[in-house]
Amino acid sequence: MDNMTLIAIASIVTAGLTIALGSIGPALGEGRAVATALSSLAQQPDAASTITRTLFVGLAMIESIAIYCFVVSMILIFANPFWNHVIAQTASK
Amino acid sequence: MHLSSDETIFWQHGFFKLNGTIVFTWGLMFALAVGSMLITRKLSTDLKRSRWQNLLEIVVTGIEQQIEDVGLRNPKKYIGFLGTLFLFVASASLCTVIPGYDPPTGSLSTTAALALCVFVAVPFFGIAEQGLGGYLKSYMEPTVIMLPFNIISELSRTLALAVRLFGNMMSGAMILAILLTITPFIFPIAMSALGLLTGMVQAYIFTILAAVYIAAATRGPRAKPAPTPDITA
Repeated sequence: MDNMTLIAIASIVTAGLTIALGSIGPALGEGRAVATALSSLAQQPDAASTITRTLFVGLAMIESIAIYCFVVSMILIFANPFWNHVIAQTASK
Repeated sequence: MHLSSDETIFWQHGFFKLNGTIVFTWGLMFALAVGSMLITRKLSTDLKRSRWQNLLEIVVTGIEQQIEDVGLRNPKKYIGFLGTLFLFVASASLCTVIPGYDPPTGSLSTTAALALCVFVAVPFFGIAEQGLGGYLKSYMEPTVIMLPFNIISELSRTLALAVRLFGNMMSGAMILAILLTITPFIFPIAMSALGLLTGMVQAYIFTILAAVYIAAATRGPRAKPAPTPDITA
Protein backbone atom coordinates (compact mmCIF):
# COMPACT_ATOMS: atom_id res chain seq x y z
CA MET A 1 0.00 0.00 0.00
CA ASP A 2 1.38 3.38 -0.92
CA ASN A 3 0.86 6.64 0.96
CA MET A 4 -2.11 7.68 -1.14
CA THR A 5 -4.14 4.57 -0.36
CA LEU A 6 -3.27 4.81 3.33
CA ILE A 7 -4.38 8.42 3.51
CA ALA A 8 -7.60 7.66 1.65
CA ILE A 9 -8.46 4.74 3.96
CA ALA A 10 -7.61 6.70 7.10
CA SER A 11 -9.64 9.75 6.03
CA ILE A 12 -12.77 7.85 5.03
CA VAL A 13 -12.80 5.58 8.08
CA THR A 14 -12.10 8.50 10.42
CA ALA A 15 -14.82 10.60 8.81
CA GLY A 16 -17.37 7.85 9.40
CA LEU A 17 -16.20 7.25 12.95
CA THR A 18 -16.22 10.99 13.72
CA ILE A 19 -19.83 11.53 12.78
CA ALA A 20 -20.96 8.20 14.23
CA LEU A 21 -19.34 8.56 17.64
CA GLY A 22 -19.79 12.31 17.71
CA SER A 23 -23.55 12.15 17.32
CA ILE A 24 -24.11 9.65 20.16
CA GLY A 25 -23.39 12.13 22.94
CA PRO A 26 -25.43 15.07 21.58
CA ALA A 27 -28.33 12.71 20.78
CA LEU A 28 -28.46 11.43 24.34
CA GLY A 29 -28.08 14.96 25.68
CA GLU A 30 -30.83 16.40 23.49
CA GLY A 31 -33.15 13.56 24.46
CA ARG A 32 -32.60 14.26 28.13
CA ALA A 33 -33.05 18.01 27.64
CA VAL A 34 -36.31 17.63 25.71
CA ALA A 35 -37.67 15.08 28.19
CA THR A 36 -36.95 17.36 31.13
CA ALA A 37 -38.39 20.37 29.34
CA LEU A 38 -41.59 18.46 28.52
CA SER A 39 -42.10 17.35 32.09
CA SER A 40 -41.52 20.87 33.39
CA LEU A 41 -43.93 22.19 30.72
CA ALA A 42 -46.54 19.76 32.03
CA GLN A 43 -45.94 20.93 35.57
CA GLN A 44 -45.85 24.65 34.83
CA PRO A 45 -47.66 25.57 31.60
CA ASP A 46 -47.50 29.24 32.64
CA ALA A 47 -43.73 29.34 32.19
CA ALA A 48 -44.02 27.90 28.67
CA SER A 49 -42.33 30.83 26.88
CA THR A 50 -39.31 30.91 29.18
CA ILE A 51 -38.89 27.13 29.12
CA THR A 52 -39.19 27.00 25.34
CA ARG A 53 -36.66 29.77 24.79
CA THR A 54 -34.15 28.25 27.17
CA LEU A 55 -34.75 24.84 25.61
CA PHE A 56 -34.08 26.14 22.11
CA VAL A 57 -30.88 27.90 23.11
CA GLY A 58 -29.73 24.85 25.06
CA LEU A 59 -30.55 22.51 22.21
CA ALA A 60 -28.55 24.66 19.81
CA MET A 61 -25.59 24.57 22.18
CA ILE A 62 -25.78 20.77 22.43
CA GLU A 63 -26.37 20.36 18.74
CA SER A 64 -23.34 22.46 17.85
CA ILE A 65 -21.12 19.65 19.20
CA ALA A 66 -22.62 17.30 16.63
CA ILE A 67 -22.20 20.04 14.02
CA TYR A 68 -18.49 20.33 14.85
CA CYS A 69 -18.11 16.60 14.23
CA PHE A 70 -20.02 16.98 10.97
CA VAL A 71 -17.76 19.82 9.85
CA VAL A 72 -14.65 17.79 10.70
CA SER A 73 -15.89 14.78 8.74
CA MET A 74 -16.82 17.01 5.79
CA ILE A 75 -13.29 18.48 5.84
CA LEU A 76 -11.85 14.96 5.90
CA ILE A 77 -13.89 13.93 2.88
CA PHE A 78 -14.07 17.03 0.67
CA ALA A 79 -11.25 19.34 1.73
CA ASN A 80 -8.62 17.03 3.14
CA PRO A 81 -5.26 18.89 3.38
CA PHE A 82 -3.17 15.66 3.49
CA TRP A 83 -4.95 14.27 0.46
CA ASN A 84 -4.42 17.52 -1.44
CA HIS A 85 -0.73 17.45 -0.47
CA VAL A 86 -0.29 13.91 -1.80
CA ILE A 87 -2.17 14.76 -4.99
CA ALA A 88 0.04 17.81 -5.53
CA GLN A 89 3.17 15.67 -4.98
CA THR A 90 2.07 13.01 -7.47
CA ALA A 91 1.16 15.68 -10.01
CA SER A 92 4.57 17.34 -9.76
CA LYS A 93 6.42 14.04 -10.34
CA MET B 1 -19.26 18.63 -5.01
CA HIS B 2 -20.72 22.07 -4.50
CA LEU B 3 -19.84 22.88 -0.88
CA SER B 4 -20.59 26.57 -0.47
CA SER B 5 -21.50 29.69 -2.38
CA ASP B 6 -17.78 30.58 -2.43
CA GLU B 7 -17.33 28.29 -5.38
CA THR B 8 -19.77 29.92 -7.80
CA ILE B 9 -17.73 32.65 -9.44
CA PHE B 10 -19.58 35.27 -11.44
CA TRP B 11 -16.76 37.48 -12.55
CA GLN B 12 -13.00 37.30 -12.23
CA HIS B 13 -10.25 39.77 -12.95
CA GLY B 14 -6.78 38.84 -11.80
CA PHE B 15 -6.76 38.64 -8.01
CA PHE B 16 -10.32 39.87 -7.61
CA LYS B 17 -13.07 37.31 -7.64
CA LEU B 18 -16.75 38.10 -7.46
CA ASN B 19 -18.11 34.91 -5.95
CA GLY B 20 -21.64 33.91 -5.01
CA THR B 21 -21.21 34.82 -1.34
CA ILE B 22 -20.43 38.46 -2.10
CA VAL B 23 -23.17 38.79 -4.70
CA PHE B 24 -25.89 37.25 -2.53
CA THR B 25 -24.79 39.16 0.57
CA TRP B 26 -24.98 42.47 -1.26
CA GLY B 27 -28.27 41.48 -2.84
CA LEU B 28 -29.74 40.74 0.58
CA MET B 29 -28.34 43.91 2.08
CA PHE B 30 -29.75 45.90 -0.82
CA ALA B 31 -33.18 44.26 -0.54
CA LEU B 32 -33.35 44.76 3.24
CA ALA B 33 -32.13 48.36 3.17
CA VAL B 34 -34.22 49.53 0.20
CA GLY B 35 -37.26 47.62 1.44
CA SER B 36 -37.24 49.19 4.89
CA MET B 37 -36.43 52.59 3.43
CA LEU B 38 -39.44 52.40 1.10
CA ILE B 39 -41.72 51.24 3.90
CA THR B 40 -40.62 53.78 6.48
CA ARG B 41 -40.75 56.67 4.01
CA LYS B 42 -44.28 57.59 4.99
CA LEU B 43 -45.24 56.27 8.38
CA SER B 44 -48.63 56.99 9.87
CA THR B 45 -49.35 57.33 13.56
CA ASP B 46 -53.14 57.06 13.44
CA LEU B 47 -55.11 53.84 13.29
CA LYS B 48 -55.11 53.62 9.49
CA ARG B 49 -51.75 52.33 8.33
CA SER B 50 -50.35 50.37 5.44
CA ARG B 51 -49.92 46.62 5.71
CA TRP B 52 -46.17 46.88 5.22
CA GLN B 53 -45.91 49.21 8.17
CA ASN B 54 -47.86 46.69 10.22
CA LEU B 55 -45.45 43.95 9.17
CA LEU B 56 -42.37 45.96 10.14
CA GLU B 57 -43.94 46.96 13.46
CA ILE B 58 -44.62 43.31 14.28
CA VAL B 59 -41.03 42.38 13.43
CA VAL B 60 -39.46 45.24 15.36
CA THR B 61 -41.61 44.91 18.48
CA GLY B 62 -41.15 41.13 18.42
CA ILE B 63 -37.36 41.41 18.35
CA GLU B 64 -37.49 44.10 21.03
CA GLN B 65 -39.59 41.87 23.28
CA GLN B 66 -37.21 38.94 22.83
CA ILE B 67 -34.18 41.10 23.63
CA GLU B 68 -35.88 42.39 26.76
CA ASP B 69 -36.77 38.84 27.85
CA VAL B 70 -33.10 37.87 27.73
CA GLY B 71 -32.29 40.48 30.33
CA LEU B 72 -31.21 43.62 28.49
CA ARG B 73 -33.14 46.34 30.26
CA ASN B 74 -32.95 48.94 27.51
CA PRO B 75 -33.64 47.04 24.25
CA LYS B 76 -33.85 50.20 22.07
CA LYS B 77 -30.10 50.62 22.47
CA TYR B 78 -29.25 47.17 21.17
CA ILE B 79 -31.95 46.52 18.58
CA GLY B 80 -29.92 48.24 15.85
CA PHE B 81 -27.20 45.62 16.15
CA LEU B 82 -29.12 42.51 17.26
CA GLY B 83 -32.09 43.14 14.98
CA THR B 84 -29.82 43.52 11.96
CA LEU B 85 -28.10 40.24 12.79
CA PHE B 86 -31.43 38.46 13.09
CA LEU B 87 -32.93 39.93 9.92
CA PHE B 88 -29.83 39.18 7.85
CA VAL B 89 -29.43 35.56 9.00
CA ALA B 90 -33.18 34.89 8.81
CA SER B 91 -33.61 36.36 5.33
CA ALA B 92 -30.44 34.58 4.16
CA SER B 93 -31.98 31.24 5.02
CA LEU B 94 -35.55 32.14 4.00
CA CYS B 95 -34.43 33.12 0.49
CA THR B 96 -33.34 29.52 -0.16
CA VAL B 97 -36.82 29.02 -1.66
CA ILE B 98 -35.57 31.08 -4.62
CA PRO B 99 -34.03 28.76 -7.26
CA GLY B 100 -30.37 29.37 -8.01
CA TYR B 101 -29.76 31.02 -4.67
CA ASP B 102 -27.14 29.80 -2.21
CA PRO B 103 -27.34 31.12 1.35
CA PRO B 104 -24.31 33.36 2.00
CA THR B 105 -24.38 32.08 5.60
CA GLY B 106 -23.35 28.68 4.19
CA SER B 107 -19.86 30.10 3.72
CA LEU B 108 -17.47 30.20 6.67
CA SER B 109 -16.26 33.70 5.76
CA THR B 110 -19.71 35.24 6.23
CA THR B 111 -20.40 33.52 9.54
CA ALA B 112 -16.90 34.33 10.79
CA ALA B 113 -17.52 37.99 9.94
CA LEU B 114 -20.84 37.95 11.81
CA ALA B 115 -19.23 36.27 14.82
CA LEU B 116 -16.40 38.84 14.77
CA CYS B 117 -19.05 41.60 14.87
CA VAL B 118 -20.39 40.03 18.06
CA PHE B 119 -16.84 39.61 19.39
CA VAL B 120 -16.25 43.37 18.95
CA ALA B 121 -19.73 44.46 20.03
CA VAL B 122 -19.62 42.70 23.41
CA PRO B 123 -16.71 44.75 24.86
CA PHE B 124 -18.04 47.85 23.06
CA PHE B 125 -21.40 47.72 24.83
CA GLY B 126 -19.77 46.49 28.04
CA ILE B 127 -17.36 49.45 28.22
CA ALA B 128 -20.12 51.88 27.24
CA GLU B 129 -22.23 50.60 30.13
CA GLN B 130 -19.72 49.90 32.89
CA GLY B 131 -16.64 51.90 31.93
CA LEU B 132 -13.28 50.38 31.01
CA GLY B 133 -12.32 49.39 34.56
CA GLY B 134 -15.67 47.87 35.37
CA TYR B 135 -15.67 45.84 32.18
CA LEU B 136 -12.12 44.54 32.63
CA LYS B 137 -12.95 43.68 36.21
CA SER B 138 -15.77 41.41 35.00
CA TYR B 139 -13.05 39.10 33.62
CA MET B 140 -11.88 38.50 37.18
CA GLU B 141 -15.26 37.36 38.43
CA PRO B 142 -15.62 35.34 40.74
CA THR B 143 -11.85 35.17 41.45
CA VAL B 144 -8.60 36.13 39.70
CA ILE B 145 -7.92 32.43 39.00
CA MET B 146 -10.76 32.49 36.47
CA LEU B 147 -9.06 35.17 34.32
CA PRO B 148 -7.49 32.83 31.68
CA PHE B 149 -10.64 30.74 31.48
CA ASN B 150 -12.80 33.80 30.92
CA ILE B 151 -10.51 34.90 28.09
CA ILE B 152 -10.56 31.39 26.56
CA SER B 153 -14.36 31.29 26.76
CA GLU B 154 -14.53 34.67 25.02
CA LEU B 155 -12.54 33.28 22.07
CA SER B 156 -14.11 29.83 21.96
CA ARG B 157 -17.67 31.11 21.95
CA THR B 158 -16.86 33.33 18.97
CA LEU B 159 -15.55 30.27 17.14
CA ALA B 160 -18.61 28.30 18.22
CA LEU B 161 -20.98 31.01 16.91
CA ALA B 162 -19.28 31.00 13.51
CA VAL B 163 -18.98 27.23 13.10
CA ARG B 164 -22.51 26.53 14.39
CA LEU B 165 -24.23 28.76 11.85
CA PHE B 166 -21.91 27.64 9.05
CA GLY B 167 -22.34 23.95 9.85
CA ASN B 168 -26.10 24.16 10.02
CA MET B 169 -26.53 26.07 6.78
CA MET B 170 -23.95 23.98 4.92
CA SER B 171 -25.38 20.69 6.15
CA GLY B 172 -28.84 21.74 4.96
CA ALA B 173 -27.60 22.37 1.42
CA MET B 174 -25.45 19.23 1.54
CA ILE B 175 -28.28 16.91 2.64
CA LEU B 176 -30.48 18.31 -0.14
CA ALA B 177 -27.78 17.69 -2.74
CA ILE B 178 -27.22 14.12 -1.54
CA LEU B 179 -30.96 13.37 -1.38
CA LEU B 180 -31.51 14.71 -4.89
CA THR B 181 -29.18 12.02 -6.22
CA ILE B 182 -30.87 9.23 -4.22
CA THR B 183 -34.59 10.09 -4.14
CA PRO B 184 -35.37 12.90 -6.57
CA PHE B 185 -39.11 13.09 -5.73
CA ILE B 186 -41.03 14.51 -2.74
CA PHE B 187 -38.47 13.76 -0.03
CA PRO B 188 -36.12 16.68 -0.86
CA ILE B 189 -39.13 18.99 -0.51
CA ALA B 190 -39.75 17.81 3.04
CA MET B 191 -36.06 18.25 3.84
CA SER B 192 -35.99 21.76 2.39
CA ALA B 193 -39.02 22.66 4.54
CA LEU B 194 -37.05 21.36 7.50
CA GLY B 195 -34.11 23.44 6.27
CA LEU B 196 -36.26 26.60 6.38
CA LEU B 197 -37.21 25.80 9.98
CA THR B 198 -33.57 25.14 10.91
CA GLY B 199 -32.58 28.44 9.32
CA MET B 200 -35.11 30.39 11.39
CA VAL B 201 -34.09 28.60 14.59
CA GLN B 202 -30.41 29.30 13.88
CA ALA B 203 -31.14 32.97 13.22
CA TYR B 204 -33.03 33.14 16.51
CA ILE B 205 -30.25 31.36 18.37
CA PHE B 206 -27.50 33.50 16.90
CA THR B 207 -29.35 36.67 17.98
CA ILE B 208 -30.28 35.34 21.42
CA LEU B 209 -26.73 34.17 22.11
CA ALA B 210 -25.34 37.57 21.05
CA ALA B 211 -27.92 39.22 23.33
CA VAL B 212 -26.97 36.93 26.22
CA TYR B 213 -23.26 37.74 25.78
CA ILE B 214 -23.98 41.47 25.65
CA ALA B 215 -26.26 41.17 28.68
CA ALA B 216 -23.50 39.37 30.59
CA ALA B 217 -20.99 42.09 29.66
CA THR B 218 -23.24 45.05 30.48
CA ARG B 219 -24.58 43.71 33.74
CA GLY B 220 -22.70 45.13 36.71
CA PRO B 221 -21.08 42.92 39.31
CA ARG B 222 -23.70 40.67 40.76
CA ALA B 223 -24.82 41.68 44.24
CA LYS B 224 -23.87 39.30 47.00
CA PRO B 225 -26.86 37.12 47.95
CA ALA B 226 -28.63 38.45 51.00
CA PRO B 227 -28.14 36.32 54.10
CA THR B 228 -31.11 33.99 54.45
CA PRO B 229 -33.24 34.81 57.47
CA ASP B 230 -33.03 32.23 60.19
CA ILE B 231 -36.33 30.42 59.99
CA THR B 232 -35.57 27.70 62.48
CA ALA B 233 -35.79 30.02 65.43
